[in-house]
Amino acid sequence: MGTDLRLVHDGTDTSGDLPAGDITARVISNDWVNPEYKHLVLAAGDPATRAEAGQFFHLLCPGDGPKKPFLRRPMSIYGVDPDQGRIEFLYKVTGLGTRGLATLKPGDDLPVLGPLGVGFSIEPSWRHIVVLGRGVGLATLAPLSTLASQRGVHVTAILSARRPDLVMSVDRFERCGADVIVVTDSDGSSDPANVEAHLRRLIAAGHADAFFTCGSNRLMLLMQWLAREHGIPGQVAMEQQMACGLGMCFCCVRSFKVNGQMVSRRVCWDGPVFKLEEATSW
Amino acid sequence: MVDLSVDVGRLRLANPVMPASGTFAEGLQKVMHLDRLGAFVTKTVTRELRAGNPTPRVAETHEGMLNSIGIPSKGVPYFLENVIPFYRQFKPPLIVSISAPSAEGFAQLAAEVSVPGVAAIEANISCPNIEEDGRAFAMHARSTEIVTRRLRAATQLPLWVKLTPNTGDIAEVARAAEAAGADALVVANTILAMAIDVETFRPRVGNVMGGLSGPAIKPIILRMVYQCARATKIPIIGCGGISTAEDAIEYMLAGATAVQVGTATFIHPTAMVTIIDALAAFCERRGIERVRDLIGAVRDEGFDAEQMVALP
Repeated sequence: MGTDLRLVHDGTDTSGDLPAGDITARVISNDWVNPEYKHLVLAAGDPATRAEAGQFFHLLCPGDGPKKPFLRRPMSIYGVDPDQGRIEFLYKVTGLGTRGLATLKPGDDLPVLGPLGVGFSIEPSWRHIVVLGRGVGLATLAPLSTLASQRGVHVTAILSARRPDLVMSVDRFERCGADVIVVTDSDGSSDPANVEAHLRRLIAAGHADAFFTCGSNRLMLLMQWLAREHGIPGQVAMEQQMACGLGMCFCCVRSFKVNGQMVSRRVCWDGPVFKLEEATSW
Repeated sequence: MVDLSVDVGRLRLANPVMPASGTFAEGLQKVMHLDRLGAFVTKTVTRELRAGNPTPRVAETHEGMLNSIGIPSKGVPYFLENVIPFYRQFKPPLIVSISAPSAEGFAQLAAEVSVPGVAAIEANISCPNIEEDGRAFAMHARSTEIVTRRLRAATQLPLWVKLTPNTGDIAEVARAAEAAGADALVVANTILAMAIDVETFRPRVGNVMGGLSGPAIKPIILRMVYQCARATKIPIIGCGGISTAEDAIEYMLAGATAVQVGTATFIHPTAMVTIIDALAAFCERRGIERVRDLIGAVRDEGFDAEQMVALP
């Protein structure tokens, strides 16, 4: 412990016996994967590599002066490699935080807090699941491919994007033996009616024991409606602006319909993965 | 070995660092050992069931944070059955933060939460979101005195009164709280503030106005702690933008007996532990045996604080 009074973090209380940590991670790579998204690989070690599909980290994004984000930015985990001590993120460069992240170079430090929140779960009775995602939600859903293959569960992934070059996570799903259906705005195949037809076909084929979705309000509502019609359980990963990430500040609440009543829940603490049937439009 | 203990009235704390209300919950034990803290301060509880304000509830500003959470509360029975028992497993004393829309409501609530396991009551008579247009008891000396008197009569526990910076004369409000029986003052709360998105022309928090916290407000609240410490004889707990040990030391020099850390925990969840360790290291380096020797030790000889109040 030094005597620098300006020191705000030395990680003394974040090691070993605690399930999450404020870890100073080291950037391994931070490369563009398409015109809008970058892939960030960090050396972070334990407990960061305990992250499960659907969980998130709270990132202290870099920046100078007025460009320095004051609050952390939550970001769902894209990949974990416990053997190499690495965690991965796939992010769209869009605001103050992600523009700061985009400047990181190999060897740079990045403070990451996590893993945090409640992730996806797969019930032992499920043999076939359907994953439906769009945009940045595709990154959140990617680790589900690993979880499903570990459980011997077959995945059909319907991946939606504006253009073919913005579709992500196809390789992740294909590597685990998933059937991947890519739909885009540019050829009109992402139209909800077409996505609905895909889902109905999967339900009829008995390939939809559970639904998983992230990244589109419209697709979430479609899945929710079909799930209700056919009695299919489901999970949705949600986003919300956060401050603490640890359930303390109550900034990141959303409304959920539980047993006919609207209740407020914290996305960082009660989620970010929630029951599909309880989610409400955002 | 530096003695970090301080006395807030009759309550002894192992060290002067505790969380600010609303910035602390059980989630923090994911990343730190809660027994390190000087005290626990709960999120404000109300008798009414409150849903809280619409989102967005938070917006970041330069070196600060604007929030309008709106004190969501599950009410007193839930609090007594779930929140208080959770903290029994830890050593630091539990301070319960309460709020109510009337002096009568404050008194009833103070009595209801004066139960075993609670070491003191912090009366949040200053939350800028709870009253219309952010008006609160602690904006005026008279309403502060009325509510503090009712609170004093309602509980045997040490009574900490949390003041608002949204007042023209905080020293007078502090004196009113002391006269009405407060054991300590928490100085202060968030500063009523606002931010507008220039792309959408919309206020950046759902409640239009909110409370500003973080390093941006520290010099203002530090000045208020100094004024309150000069104006009263009861302990002051400094609260406003503290994120480092240097900040905590400044507050103690200005007259604070203890400090509360809030927004900094959102950025660095182990900030309080880091501050405690760095505070001990500072005292060691300076040959200060007891951290309490820092209280009010600012060297301001020949300076009349009372005269300065009216100056810009």
